[in-house]
Amino acid sequence: MTAPLLEMKNIVIEGLSGESWLPIIKGLDLTLHKGEVLGLIGESGAGKSTFGLASMAYTRQGCRIASGSIRFDGKELFGAPDSELRELRGARIAYVAQSAAASFNPAHRLIRQYAEAPVQHGIMSYAEAEEKAVATYQQLLLPDPENIGYRFPHQVSGGQLQRAMVAMAMSCQPDIIIFDEPTTALDVTTQIEVLAAIKDITRRFNTAAIYITHDLAVVAQLADRIMVLRYGELVEENDAREMLANPRETYTRDLLAVRSFKKGKSDAALKEDVILEINGVTASYTGTENVLEDIDLEIRKGRTVALVGESGSGKSTLARVITGLLPPVQGEVVFKGEALPPALKSRKRKDLQRLQMIYQMPDTALNPRQKIRKVIGRPLAFYFNYSRQQQEKRILELLDQIELPADYIDRYPTELSGGEKQRICIARALAAEPDLIICDEVTSALDQLVAEEILKLLLNLQRKLQVSYLFITHDLATVKAISDEIVVMLNGRIVEKGPKQEILKPPHHEYTDLLLSSVPEMDPDWLDGLLEARAEQENGEKPMMEPAA
Amino acid sequence: MELLKFNGITALVLKRVGLGLVTLWVISLLIFVGVEALPGDLAEAVLGQSATPETVAAFRKELKLDMPPHVRYFAWLGAFVKGDFGNSLANQRPVVDLISWRFANSLFLAGVTAMIAVPVAVLLGILAALYRNTLFDRLISMATLSTISFPEFFVAYILIALLSVQVVIFPSISNINEQMSFWQKLYAICLPCLTLAMVVTAHMMRQTRAAIINILSSPFIEMANLKGLRKLRVVVLHAFPNALSPVINVIALNLAYLVVGVVIVEVVFVYPGLGQLLVDSVSKRDIPVVQASGLIFAGTYVMLNLLADVLSIVSNPRLRNPR
Repeated sequence: MTAPLLEMKNIVIEGLSGESWLPIIKGLDLTLHKGEVLGLIGESGAGKSTFGLASMAYTRQGCRIASGSIRFDGKELFGAPDSELRELRGARIAYVAQSAAASFNPAHRLIRQYAEAPVQHGIMSYAEAEEKAVATYQQLLLPDPENIGYRFPHQVSGGQLQRAMVAMAMSCQPDIIIFDEPTTALDVTTQIEVLAAIKDITRRFNTAAIYITHDLAVVAQLADRIMVLRYGELVEENDAREMLANPRETYTRDLLAVRSFKKGKSDAALKEDVILEINGVTASYTGTENVLEDIDLEIRKGRTVALVGESGSGKSTLARVITGLLPPVQGEVVFKGEALPPALKSRKRKDLQRLQMIYQMPDTALNPRQKIRKVIGRPLAFYFNYSRQQQEKRILELLDQIELPADYIDRYPTELSGGEKQRICIARALAAEPDLIICDEVTSALDQLVAEEILKLLLNLQRKLQVSYLFITHDLATVKAISDEIVVMLNGRIVEKGPKQEILKPPHHEYTDLLLSSVPEMDPDWLDGLLEARAEQENGEKPMMEPAA
Repeated sequence: MELLKFNGITALVLKRVGLGLVTLWVISLLIFVGVEALPGDLAEAVLGQSATPETVAAFRKELKLDMPPHVRYFAWLGAFVKGDFGNSLANQRPVVDLISWRFANSLFLAGVTAMIAVPVAVLLGILAALYRNTLFDRLISMATLSTISFPEFFVAYILIALLSVQVVIFPSISNINEQMSFWQKLYAICLPCLTLAMVVTAHMMRQTRAAIINILSSPFIEMANLKGLRKLRVVVLHAFPNALSPVINVIALNLAYLVVGVVIVEVVFVYPGLGQLLVDSVSKRDIPVVQASGLIFAGTYVMLNLLADVLSIVSNPRLRNPR
């Protein structure tokens, strides 16, 4: 076997925490051969990105590579002078960041940013780079490849921008590309396009890649080999197919098992009384363009309605209408047989109490300067005028319900993990004893294992308390796990709704089908199979519908 | 945001211009009320010793002081808008003649200072951001901070002591007139110019540095670094264009200060600018001159801030190139 392209040995990376340096990566090894795709898997905080970036001998502010060896193509990068590293970066090792929207300079046109690396590294002239950019945009199936490069980043949709960033990384035909969660911020339907683009282009140029993600199903589509990281240490490393078939470590098995859990058949004994009715709601932010168009929806007691659709489909807007933050142009929201006043201001305290929300980002949804006692105690005092002792008693009950220890009552939110914070948010919603909780993407900011715990908790609470959920999400795995009924939205309209079994069983509405088939599966051949099937379908029947940008 | 989509940049700019006009109008009211509120009777104060009841009455009548305030306000504003600033009380000459050449002088001093101070400040700011936390950065910070901390008359006298007394290079009096050529004028204003430049550079330099450093933590700067670009290129081409808005704003504030806030420096160097005229007129109770100068200063201030707003709108690629 030839010498590996990249060989990292015993890498220790330290992060500055207060005054002292603490290890983040605790002696990891990595080898990468030419043309090989290596998946780096782990939860957030596992050190994946830090480790991936270290392959370019780069660390973010507040981190440093303490020891180890990074050999790239026979050269030692650890401790190499800046000028030498600069020659490699962009030219031979390139980086694709998680958020293309944040990582493109908003002040420059895409093509100028594409051309920058090759021109600055003296590989080609600007004119040559422009020509090559158009060719690359074409290979990545970007629309209007001749002109798209002359747009500014904000003029291009998220999925296109992410592909433009892959193109930019390819500009110097590097030996290695580091992909740092490049599809995490995208909808499932757009994720497919980007994954296909990455797979195609790395194969075509035989580029080696390090693919960093927390989603095992995504990495299964691309990687030849997978490393599972946890707490800055290696859990398991193996050939991708081998690992998916026979995971050795419990942690890997847990990761693999995440998507298999499902809510049991909905309880037929439940009474079918409707608690929330949305009748013909049309809503608009501007008064001219409707974001929601003629929405009808019913939510029953003790049931979960999942609202699915890609970003921009109007899911969150509907939540705003229900809560009164955005009064609808037309239609009404009926709660237990009574029409709610359209605007939040004119709603009574009782109306507010029965409808609670849980948000996507538990970090920003909790006041960092309030102790848990105050966070949960506030709705108790506000809605029920509880005294101190009553509050204390109820808070402890709630903590018990969300499976957190009683001494958390004196903690600040910053002392909790992401999952624990989300549990506190759930407790805060429950404190109001609502009939309906709107859950807006409550698990998408969490790691898979943690998210699974949160979903299980929500289901348990529902069984105990008969609370209803309106579950807004773009993640179909979550939908399958938790919902009783599914509502699919596209461009502000409901395209399909019904009980879960019906929606998930073919035949589907065209768009539901696209959504469902876009969810990555653990099968390494899934992406290729899907793309083939779609291509065939496209040739055979009418063209597949283009997901809205 | 939606308004933008339909009418784009023009709508935004027009809105700012409208707001600017409203501000000016409010200022004109404040100036008028302020002058009204001056203690004592204007006629008696101006006439002084010769104030007999008859002369006072005649004087009041001539100046229309016997009319109610709102009538006088609108008459004054109306005339002002048409370019008629009235006559000076002190010497009966039209206010326009008194003000115009002095205002031109003030603009000349401010303009020359800005030509030096702005590029120097921006350059120093960029360099300080590039070499941040090095000795160079600290030295620049220290130097500029000390020039801010000294009062400007102090800086002015120190400069006079050093550059026109100890070493006789520049004149200590900057009395320019129309007979002088451009270069002679330029030579004459060297010291006030230097004084002002030292005072305003610090603000602009520090704001430039802070704005760039703020941008340097953005993901797109990390991307630029990972493309293997040189540090200078990253700072100048990637960070600076995105830091323009705060920089433009602080520059505009300092330019405004250069035009309207240089009274002390003008007095120290006996420079015939508008600031000095304003000071003289207040002590002489020359109301029309005070009002006109006040409104011109306010107008300059509002104009420059308006310009800054418009420029920062234009410098934002999202607004310049709508989707």
